[in-house]
Parts: sequence; C-alpha cells; structure tokens
Amino acid sequence: MTQLALVIDLNVCVGCHACVTSCKQWNTSGWAGPMVDENAYGADPTGTFFNRVQTYEIGSFPSTETVHFPKSCLHCEDPPCVPVCPTGASYKREDNGVVLVDYDKCIGCKYCSWACPYGVRELDEQQKVMKKCTLCIDRITDQTLPEAERQPACVLACPTNARLYGDVHDPDSEVSIAIRERGGYALMPEWGTKPANHYLPRQKNHMHISEEDLQRSDNPLTKEDITVYSGEETLDDVSW
Amino acid sequence: MHPAFSVIFLTTLIGAGQGLFLALFTGQLYSTIHLVEEQPGSFYAVGSALSLLLLIAGLGASFFHLGRPERAWRAAAMWRTSWLSREVIVLPAMMGIVFFYGLFHWAGWTEPFIVFGDGALPVDTTFVLGLLGVIVALALFVSTGMIYASVKFLEEWHSPYTVVNFMFLGTASGFMLAAAYSAWLGNNLVGFFGTWAVIATLLGLGTRTASLFRNASLKHQSTLQTAIGIRHRSIEQKSQGFSASSFNTREFFHHQSPATLKLVRNAFLVLVFPVPIALILLAYLLESPTLPIAAFALQYLGLLAERWYFFAEAEHPQNLYYQQIS
Repeated sequence: MTQLALVIDLNVCVGCHACVTSCKQWNTSGWAGPMVDENAYGADPTGTFFNRVQTYEIGSFPSTETVHFPKSCLHCEDPPCVPVCPTGASYKREDNGVVLVDYDKCIGCKYCSWACPYGVRELDEQQKVMKKCTLCIDRITDQTLPEAERQPACVLACPTNARLYGDVHDPDSEVSIAIRERGGYALMPEWGTKPANHYLPRQKNHMHISEEDLQRSDNPLTKEDITVYSGEETLDDVSW
Repeated sequence: MHPAFSVIFLTTLIGAGQGLFLALFTGQLYSTIHLVEEQPGSFYAVGSALSLLLLIAGLGASFFHLGRPERAWRAAAMWRTSWLSREVIVLPAMMGIVFFYGLFHWAGWTEPFIVFGDGALPVDTTFVLGLLGVIVALALFVSTGMIYASVKFLEEWHSPYTVVNFMFLGTASGFMLAAAYSAWLGNNLVGFFGTWAVIATLLGLGTRTASLFRNASLKHQSTLQTAIGIRHRSIEQKSQGFSASSFNTREFFHHQSPATLKLVRNAFLVLVFPVPIALILLAYLLESPTLPIAAFALQYLGLLAERWYFFAEAEHPQNLYYQQIS
C-alpha cells in the first residue's frame, strides 16, 4: 500500500504563504476549473483555498514563540468525510491514498465538511461543489513531468523546505524517517482519523551538559595524582 | 454550526408529516378494534394528502440546501455507509406509502381479506400499508436523526438523544396536527389525538431537556492543543490565514450572541411544550374547534426555534482553527 502525504516541519516554516499562493495558482489553472474568488478587490474578499497558513502565539510575554502552521487536507487513512458522502463523490484513492472529490458527482450538500474535524473542505461559491486539497494529483501522477517535478505545488514552492512529500507507508522514505526520528505527530488524534499528513514539532538544539560531562568523576588523572598528606594517619603508619 | 433554514424546515416538516401519518394509522387501529368512532375514508384520504404535502414541502426545502440540486438523484448511491443516503431512499418510500394509504382509503378499497379472531380484527390493504408505513416512518426518524448523531466529533449531536428527540418531537407535532385536523372537521377524535399529542410532547420534553443538560456539561475532547499538536497551556491564534471570511467562517459559526441563543432556547422550551399542552387541554374543556389549530401552529413555530437552537448549539472542532482574523 502507498499512502502519499505531506510532512510539515514547524521548525523552519516562516509563514510566508508561498505554499498558499502556489497551490492556488496551480489548482486554479488546472483541469478541474478555477478555484473561485468572489469580491476579490472588495471589503470582504472570499475564495476557495486548499491550503492556509495560520499563526499562533505560544506562551505569555516575554517567553513567547510564534508558530506558523500550514493547514491543508491531511489525507486521513480513515477519513470520516468519505463514508458520509451520499453520492460517492468523496473517495479515497486505492492506489495512493489521496482523498479526492469527484466534482461531477458532488451535489454540494456540505455533509462531508461537517464530517471533517479539521475544516479543510471548502464549498466553491460559484461551482457549488466541495473542494479540497488534491495533493496536486494532476502533477504527482503526470508521467510526462520530470520526476523531480512530480510533487505538489506547495512542496516545490516552499523556500525553507518545510514541506516534505512522500509515501508514509514506505519505512525508508524521507517522510517516514522524518516522522520516526523527529517526533512527527498527527493532529487531533482523539478522533481516530489517522491523518497521513504529519507535523514535525519545534526542536530546540539545547545540549544538556552536566558537571560530570566536563569533569569525569572516574578521571584517571584525579585517581593517580600525587596526594599531599598533612599529618594524618596513612598506611605507612600501620605497624605490621 | 450555522443553522440553515433549508434543513430546519426539512426536519420539522417531514417530522410533522411522519407524525401525522402515525396519528392517522393509530386512529385507524383504534377504530378497527372499536375503541374510537369509525371515520369515513375521506378522513384518512385528506389526512394522508396533508401528510404527503408536508413530506413534499420538506423534500422541497432540502433542495435549497444543495449546491447542485439537479444532481440530487445521485444521493441514493451510498446507502451502505451514509445515513444521508439512507434518508434519501427512505423519504420517497414514506411518500409512496402515504400516497397509496390515502388512495386506498379514498377509493374505498378497504374490504378485509383476512379476519382474525371472530371479526375482532379485520385486516385490509390499508391496514398492511399502515403497518408498513409505521416501520418506514420510524426508519425515517432514525435516518434523519443519525445524520447528525453519527458525526462523532460534533459532540452535542453525537448521542441517542438526537434520534429520540427527532422521533418524539416529530410525532408530537404530527398528533397535534391530527387533533387540529379533527377539530377543524368537527369530529370527536380531538380528545383522542390530543391525548396522544400530549403524551408525545411530554416524552419529547423529557428527552430534549435531558439532551440540554447533557450538552450544558459537555467537555469537548478537542482543544487548541490537540488541534495544532503543541503542548502548552497558553496558545493564542494570531491569524487564521486570511483577512475576511471563508466557507469555514460561514458554515460553522452561527454569528449570534449568547443572549440570542438563550432567548431562542427559552422560546422553544415555552412554545413546544407547555403552550400546546395548555391549549389542547383548554380546547378539550371548551370544545373549541380552533384552539387545537393554534396549538399545532405554535408548537410548529417552537419546533423551528428548537431546530435552530439544535444547530447553533453544536460546536464544530474546526472552529478551533478559526478564532482570529489577524
């Protein structure tokens, strides 16, 4: 089984929204038609996006940290949005685990968006069908593209390499190793959706140096140094 | 959640339609075994037409919920997994049964083909259709309720109360309508339907207040900590990623003040339960032909508020991600 997914490294995401704009650019000009914007230059612009970058402040001043948090469909291994779809428009691809919507079958009932705890499905206001991240299915499966370009647009756009892409079921893939060795975690694990996308937590490169690391207690130098005696009883004073 | 009027009307109208059918068949059952006065076929036929009208109106309202109503026929496909799909199948089945039930009564095709127990229980086609209709009506209540109750992270809805509330409240308004219909016709079934309406209303009062109490002390499993996976007691969203609105901020928020919510809750608690019960009681004492109609109308109004509150009360976990514009 293959399960394609993204792994997002929160250590290096700088919140530049390049993934958001490149996603919009690629997918709005794709085969599935535009991702509609309404009132784009007005006071309340709104539109369809597959990907958002949010910002959170952790802690209280002065010990705070800003975390930029890219959020898109997590391509759950047990997606709650799929079984609820009355038409079968919402489905999970057998061959690579990508969760997709058939825009020709969708009736726009919005039930799948209710059944997604992550809020990553958005109804297109003009086409009136549910839209969501496709993991750029038209790029990653396009055999005419050079292999290095068979990646989602957001991954190619990220300037800090915060987005890793690959098969999380292959234990030797870059993403699997990243999840395994850098503490990759899933969002809202309480619902058992088993998201395929993972996030790599912030890691601080603190070294923990104890006194013993600097000064070995069993240092042979300290063992073999010349003891200075100051009149106390030594072995030499014992009469045999 | 954002309370959509299409779904509010759908659930309340078909609830009343199913309830009215249950009331008509209960009346038939009682008259078959001579517990209440026998009614002419036209009583059931017009009643069924009324029930069918409510079911059709509900179905019509549901189309306004769809982005692509012309594709609605596709919604019957996934009945194996989707309660919405099951509802889409059971609702027309209910309509068909109500239609034939009314038709058979209107045409007078009520010759019993089998008689049990020395003339005590004659069974005709409408009796069989009625029994079938009861099963389908219950299945429809379950399907409608489970659409909401099956979404496990909408914790306000994810409880058996959701299904029984739909069942009792729909039945109550249907029997209330049957009482109003009888009062309008001037037959003497007002007391019979009214009594059952009061019983169903009281059952609904029990389960609905139980669900209100349950939801008042509900502790949501998802928090901002689990939503973004960062273990810290103090996390604050600084930007949701866009400066205006999106589907996520429209569909999952009711955008009403807590005071409005409380007002609607109190309004439905008054309109659905004590007011119709008092009016039916008064109608029984005064033998009024109009008070049962008022009882139904006010209870239905209350049920609209009840359903509005049902949606507004539910807190979707995705809302955790959409707290702050910038």
